[in-house]
Amino acid sequence: MIVESPDGHCSEADDMTDTKGLIFDIKKYAIHDGPGIRTTVFLKGCPLECWWCHNPEGRNESREIISIRKETPNGGVTKKDEEIGRLISITELMKEIEKDRVFYDQSGGGVTFSGGEPLVQIDFLAGTLEVSRKAGIATAVDTCGCAPRADFERIYDHVDIFLFDLKLMNDELHEKYTGVSNKLILENLEYLANTGNKIRLRIPMVPGITDTDENLLGILEFISPFNNIKHISLLPYNKLGEDKIRRFGLVDKLGRLTTQERDVLQGKARIFEEHGYIVKVGG
Amino acid sequence: MNERIRKLREQSLNAVPTLSMERARLLTEFYQSGQADLVSVPVARALAFKHLMEHKDICVNEGELIVGERGPSPKATPTYPEICTHTLQDFEILDTREKVSFKVAEKDRDYQQSVIIPFWSGRSIRDRIFKAVDQAWIDAYEAGVFTEFQEQRAPGHTVLDNKIYHKGFLDFKKDIEVSLEKLDFYNDPDAYRKREQLTAMDIAADAIILYARRHAEKLRQSAGAEKDTSRKKELEEMAEICERVPANAPRNFHEALQSYWFVHLGVITELNTWDSFNPGRLDQHLLPFYRNDIETGEITEERARELLQSFWIKFNNQPAPPKVGVTAEESNTYTDFCLINLGGVNERGEDACNEMTYMLLDVIDEMRLLQPSSMVQISKKNPDRMIKRALNIIRTGYGQPSLFNTDAIVQEMIRQGKDIVDARNGGSSGCVETGAFGKESYILTGYFNLNKVLEITLHNGIDPRTGKEIGIKSGRPEDFGTFDNLYTAFEKQLKHFIDIKIKGNVIIERLWAEYLPAPYLSILIDDCIAKGKDYNDGGARYNTSYIQGVGLGSITDSLNALRYQVYDKKNFNMQEILDALDADFEGFDALREKLLEETPKYGNDDDYADETARRVFESYFGMIDGRPNTKGGHFRINLLPTTCHVYFGRVIGAMPDGRRAGVPLSEGISPVQGADRKGPTAVLKSASKIDHIRTGGTLLNQKFTPQVLADEDGIDKLAHLIRSYFTMDGHHIQFNVVSAETLREAQKHPEEYKDLIVRVAGYSDYFVDLGVDLQDEIIRRTEQSLN
Repeated sequence: MIVESPDGHCSEADDMTDTKGLIFDIKKYAIHDGPGIRTTVFLKGCPLECWWCHNPEGRNESREIISIRKETPNGGVTKKDEEIGRLISITELMKEIEKDRVFYDQSGGGVTFSGGEPLVQIDFLAGTLEVSRKAGIATAVDTCGCAPRADFERIYDHVDIFLFDLKLMNDELHEKYTGVSNKLILENLEYLANTGNKIRLRIPMVPGITDTDENLLGILEFISPFNNIKHISLLPYNKLGEDKIRRFGLVDKLGRLTTQERDVLQGKARIFEEHGYIVKVGG
Repeated sequence: MNERIRKLREQSLNAVPTLSMERARLLTEFYQSGQADLVSVPVARALAFKHLMEHKDICVNEGELIVGERGPSPKATPTYPEICTHTLQDFEILDTREKVSFKVAEKDRDYQQSVIIPFWSGRSIRDRIFKAVDQAWIDAYEAGVFTEFQEQRAPGHTVLDNKIYHKGFLDFKKDIEVSLEKLDFYNDPDAYRKREQLTAMDIAADAIILYARRHAEKLRQSAGAEKDTSRKKELEEMAEICERVPANAPRNFHEALQSYWFVHLGVITELNTWDSFNPGRLDQHLLPFYRNDIETGEITEERARELLQSFWIKFNNQPAPPKVGVTAEESNTYTDFCLINLGGVNERGEDACNEMTYMLLDVIDEMRLLQPSSMVQISKKNPDRMIKRALNIIRTGYGQPSLFNTDAIVQEMIRQGKDIVDARNGGSSGCVETGAFGKESYILTGYFNLNKVLEITLHNGIDPRTGKEIGIKSGRPEDFGTFDNLYTAFEKQLKHFIDIKIKGNVIIERLWAEYLPAPYLSILIDDCIAKGKDYNDGGARYNTSYIQGVGLGSITDSLNALRYQVYDKKNFNMQEILDALDADFEGFDALREKLLEETPKYGNDDDYADETARRVFESYFGMIDGRPNTKGGHFRINLLPTTCHVYFGRVIGAMPDGRRAGVPLSEGISPVQGADRKGPTAVLKSASKIDHIRTGGTLLNQKFTPQVLADEDGIDKLAHLIRSYFTMDGHHIQFNVVSAETLREAQKHPEEYKDLIVRVAGYSDYFVDLGVDLQDEIIRRTEQSLN
């Protein structure tokens, strides 16, 4: 993860007047976060606490020191404190985003804001989206949907694509596994789907939790009235989250799961494909 | 592939490289006969060539469709005693070394000692070179400041155009005759030299025709003894083909391939040309024959494929001639760098990709041989389909084909003053070197160790490895005070060593022109016949001498470490750094950690770091580009290493970038292994900050794990990545798609990974044939894994 650029150039005093945001990573050549080659900016802070979270370092809305476990080759364990979170101005962030413009132009890519939940830092997000679009850079927002409606309305015009992560239809289970109700999430999904065709649905396939036929059929039923939802990505479960939980020494509620075989995922994809959806396994 | 090809491929893969004394014996017999003393040097060389072609064994392998071997059998590799007379110790090393060995028979050692060494010692070009250069050159060479390409191999770096597909050697003989008739002895003081040169070319043309006809004869004999009626018919047809080409222009697909192959064998028998000659734009040359044969029903697609596969195997049967000493260090491989060019643009600048392009890509995919190497030229006009077809081969982990930017290549040649049509018909050869095919002699003269120069600068002219003062006194590093002063001192040393190298080159170019002209090769390269001048003496239309810079990433990071840590941040003073370097960082862990982890590094799209790369590039370019060579052309630069970054690393102690003593340097224009932390787009951005258009080629290596290219989406995005790099004028990029895990397994169990081919640097090689340090270095190169 990139916390600080190695040149040490970023400093908090660069542009005091500019809105600042707290990010915990910038990933270049992101090829699973929307069309083309993208730069994904990870914003800190998230209202959800998913058991399978891949970016636990993105949950907290403030800078934090995380003690990272490292296993040494001779079987020992070392710990190193690392500061997670970097305050960055919009101007500074745009410099980083602009660097890969040639790749966006060639590939139809752009910038993606992810997290955490990017809408948590709505002023910073809205500002950066607006500046990006003015600069001719396409934008995507990867959201869990759990944010005030007004915030979605505020950014809507400056977003090309919403990557909308939908987890569970059963509200009780949703609350159990993410810590919040899915009511607001579903309302926002409905709002976005009714407003335009910017939405791409993403379903994390957590074995035995979100990948059940019951859940997927429930999602199918919910989205079927919305003509604007055409694309669905099924995100295969991977062990990155488990690895981070171990390294960061967090409480592991989930336990070890086995990743799905490719053909199982293809079978799940067919649930949607049979109803005319364009389904992609992977981001 | 069918049974026939499968068997021939097996034969080629299983053949053990051996040293063949045939050429050395024939050549020496000829020179000992005294005939050479009676004629001019070029004519003697032509007569020697004719003697070889008249007497060497004719080999026809079972079932093959294209005939002709350089040695008496596949992978029997000749020596070139007139260039490099091997000592018995050389033979011992070649025979027993673990990697890239050649088996030497006992009787051949005796022959070498009793006949070859006594005759050629002192006369070989290698001996002449080391006698003619001065002590400063020898000192720098021995210190590993530069290498010398022409001390064991001929300056043959050139590629064929389409001339042999519409002209035969009988036609070339007519052209020679016209030139002879035009000689003006009354007004041209060079008329005699030209006459001798043209006469030599004429003899060489006869020699190759004779050689082909000897194959015809042998094939007729074989046909007579053949029981199988279909093979008998095939052999009779092949005999007719060899009777006809290359004396005459080929009429069909099969003749075109056979004709090229004889032409090729001639070039690599006459001399051991570097970066071996190759057909160049093969998909362009073969297309008219293919279309015509398909239309007339003379050939089927299947047969064309079989012929191409048969042709491919011929390349694989010819390992690079045995190299020893520094030359083996800088290019330690069996690959002879025949780089077949596909795609690109035609002479009108239009998309040249065609059905033959795709058929050849299929052949590359199916054959999976070390040789020939292959590349795809990508112009903005070429379709994505072509890139994706290439990426589908690359993703299987076979290091071929490599990818080149046609639009950059054309601009590079235009900047060098070449005609636009010649530029469009050209491409890249060897590793990544730009050239006008069929019209240019573009010689790599040696690698240049930029990092060694910095090391010498940091020791005020002394090479710390030997304690010898080989540089100039550029000042005590503790007294520099500013980075600019340090850089100025570095530039002074750089100029000093570049001057030494160029002085040596000027001498060496003349030695080749005087003692080892190449009359046969001269027939093939414009405008040698028209000028009556030898290829080695400036006969080609364009004559370029390259000096290849090595270790751009390492030198950038080392200079930046000093700039940032000593002068900008003042975290350390120069003395502390020098002490740490002298101690190879033993006891300086914290300092080394700061140099490695907290210093701006090239390869991360960081302007602070990359500015230094650009500065070094400009210094190197400015001191070399445009200086005249002895052939009417100029010195130019390119940036590539083959395997030289390993050798150059070995002769340098610890450096300020945190690299320990003896470790390989960065290769090509790639970042230091592991220093790029921001993914492939950042690497490409950094690499684009130097001006590729003013080089004759740059080399960029990228490594991806197989998952990145697992699906079509991954292929699409990689294609976009390549297009983006080429939009920024990047010259070349190549990919290794194999996991570090697989490579580590291969290191442990080489016997199970004999066929694992990986990209090294401008060429591919069997992983298990690489030295351990190079294997480690490939594993260390950043694996661009994406989650």
